[in-house]
Amino acid sequence: MSPRSRAFALVVTLCLALAHGFSYAADPGVTATEIKIGNTNPYSGPASVYGTIGKGIAAYFKKVNDEGGINGRKINFITLDDGYSPPKTVEMVRRLVEQEQVLFLFQTLGTPTNTAIWKYMNDQQVPHLFVATGATKWGDPKGHPWTMGWQPTYQTEAQIYAQYLLRNVPDARIGILYQNDDYGKDYVKGFKDGLGDAAKKMIVMEQTHEVTDPTIESQIVNLKNSGANVFFNVTIPKFAVQAIRKARDIGWKPVHLLNNVSNSVGTVLKPAGIDASRDIISTFYLKDPTDPQWKNDKGFKDWSAFMQKYYPDGNTADLFNVYAYTVPQTLVHVLKQCGNDLSRANVMRQAANIKDLALPMFLPGIKVNTSPTDFYPIEQLQLARFDGERWVLFGEIFDAGGKHGM
Amino acid sequence: MNSEISETVETASAGEVAARVSAPPRVTPRAWEVAGLLALIASACLLPFELSGFRLFQFTQVFVYAIALLGLNILTGYNGQISLGHGAFYGIGAYTAAIMIDRWGVPYGWTVPVAGVLCLVVGFLFGLPALRLEGLYLALATFALALSVPQILKHFDGWTGGSQGIVLSRPAAPLGLPLTADQWLYFLSLGVLLVLFMLGWNLLRGRTGRALVAIRDNPIAAEAMGVNAALYKSLAFGVSAAYTGVAGALSGLAIAFVAPDTFNVFLSITFLVGIVIGGLASISGPIFGALFIQFVPNYAQDISKAAPWAIYGVFLIVFMYVMPYGVSGFLRLAWRRLTRATAGTRPK
Repeated sequence: MSPRSRAFALVVTLCLALAHGFSYAADPGVTATEIKIGNTNPYSGPASVYGTIGKGIAAYFKKVNDEGGINGRKINFITLDDGYSPPKTVEMVRRLVEQEQVLFLFQTLGTPTNTAIWKYMNDQQVPHLFVATGATKWGDPKGHPWTMGWQPTYQTEAQIYAQYLLRNVPDARIGILYQNDDYGKDYVKGFKDGLGDAAKKMIVMEQTHEVTDPTIESQIVNLKNSGANVFFNVTIPKFAVQAIRKARDIGWKPVHLLNNVSNSVGTVLKPAGIDASRDIISTFYLKDPTDPQWKNDKGFKDWSAFMQKYYPDGNTADLFNVYAYTVPQTLVHVLKQCGNDLSRANVMRQAANIKDLALPMFLPGIKVNTSPTDFYPIEQLQLARFDGERWVLFGEIFDAGGKHGM
Repeated sequence: MNSEISETVETASAGEVAARVSAPPRVTPRAWEVAGLLALIASACLLPFELSGFRLFQFTQVFVYAIALLGLNILTGYNGQISLGHGAFYGIGAYTAAIMIDRWGVPYGWTVPVAGVLCLVVGFLFGLPALRLEGLYLALATFALALSVPQILKHFDGWTGGSQGIVLSRPAAPLGLPLTADQWLYFLSLGVLLVLFMLGWNLLRGRTGRALVAIRDNPIAAEAMGVNAALYKSLAFGVSAAYTGVAGALSGLAIAFVAPDTFNVFLSITFLVGIVIGGLASISGPIFGALFIQFVPNYAQDISKAAPWAIYGVFLIVFMYVMPYGVSGFLRLAWRRLTRATAGTRPK
């Protein structure tokens, strides 16, 4: 060892010793005045439309800090750009865990990116909380006890459609159109689980398409000819528009269930045609900021004030910014519940111990619930029917709790 | 773009390479070079005991990128064929390793050479029809390869795991060596890097290297002199792909996860950036290029969260202005000026 590298090693050891001497709790990332939280988001690259979520969360933590922090501790939110590239996520997350020494990760975004760090986080036993993806695999307390999702999963949503059909359309003959990948298959699995024994009898046809297909018109014709009176439409916006149009053009009028990936009025329903879109059914769990019924709602007003003060650049018509406001509220609840025991194990214990948490921008009745065996925080959604102008919520809140077919 | 690149290549390095391969090696600078190289390798071997696992992971990535860049440099720098598709070979290498380990339970040590051989064959076969394409047209053909590989990987989801990819375990050190997984991967990729650089150096400084450069600089004259252009061009493609495939396999082991969208067009362009920044047609260039593509995006993000790629662009432009022949070209010129200056002032 050269003298220089020996000096370097000495400095490193000294720094480590000092850091240990001053640290407050046994786990890194916590002092008497600070909680360090790590995050990755695609601020650049193909998925940068999601970048607003990271910015919105950072803005919300600024608000929390301005109001005194949590039990006197300010939140130090370190968010890094991974460009939606799994190798970059691995590198950034290792930097957060090993170099920045964060207490835990929060809301790392993307299914492939989180898959890349899934094992690492569980090997390191660092909480990997409320990941921002709709895949179902994150709720696996036995195999991956340090990872937890947040939003309703694709399977949850599909189960809710299944429950709706079982109750309201007893003679359903169902035709399914889905994208032939993990996203589509996740929906179909949840749907079949939800229908249970009735699935074999009720589902009369399944059609798939590739994301690269130019059109899906022949699939719609096949579905109509199968005699289906229910259409479960699991497609992204581009194909959802085509499906809605084609069904109308060939005079097929099924009960049309549209996955909430594609329930935007502006990008799907209007382009497909208001008439053709009327009476389509989809699901929601957050208050849509463009819906006039929330104009005088306290939750909505507080959110608007927050956006104005802390995130003036953010788009107030964007549901992602409602999401970015609500997710950190869940985390703040968990951290308050931790009290002064901010060890990693306790953060995870409290994250798995949320009871009936209602948040201001949830639809009335939606609640977060977790337990040591239930790592699916939101399992409720409300159905809505499109009246030709906007989504009208109807019926009660559906709950798929405890019905995940893992 | 094409003319610019080939111009740079000609002025920058054709002469250099020709001089290096034809002139008998001088003794003093070589002793210096060897001593410097040994010191570098020695310090590279000491690093793992000084740095954190995270830093080791970053340097492992640098070694892996350097192998891929040397591969691309053989094709583009030495042979003048532009490829916008090397991300695809990197992906094939990574998936070869992942599928062999995950689906067939093959020990990971075998996956690296197999990935290399497979990419050699694929690259050679792709090189055969690509022979008819020159310059920008070849660039477009390879671009098509880069575009299609992620989708092909998704299509065969029975093997590749579709868009969810394949999760691997990082290999532990063999024979009970007292090394962490990070240290072991660091040494493994350093070892592969050294072997492949030795092989590359032997390949490029001899007959083959001369033939490749001759084809790049004047294909007609080269053929007139009896160089089998078709064979050498396909060979360059194959060897280049093999290097990149080996790098891909190592990256799969180091990151312990492969997913199709990782191996996109942007990765291919990043490789091209790496060889130009490092220095076309040079052996040391890929190391500098790898350091650049690994660390500069991170620095750019530290400087500005709002516009990291704009900062990255500024870095690129500054590098190209200050070091038009790449980092290795710059160092070579600086070294020569320095030695000439000292030689001039030395009393006779």
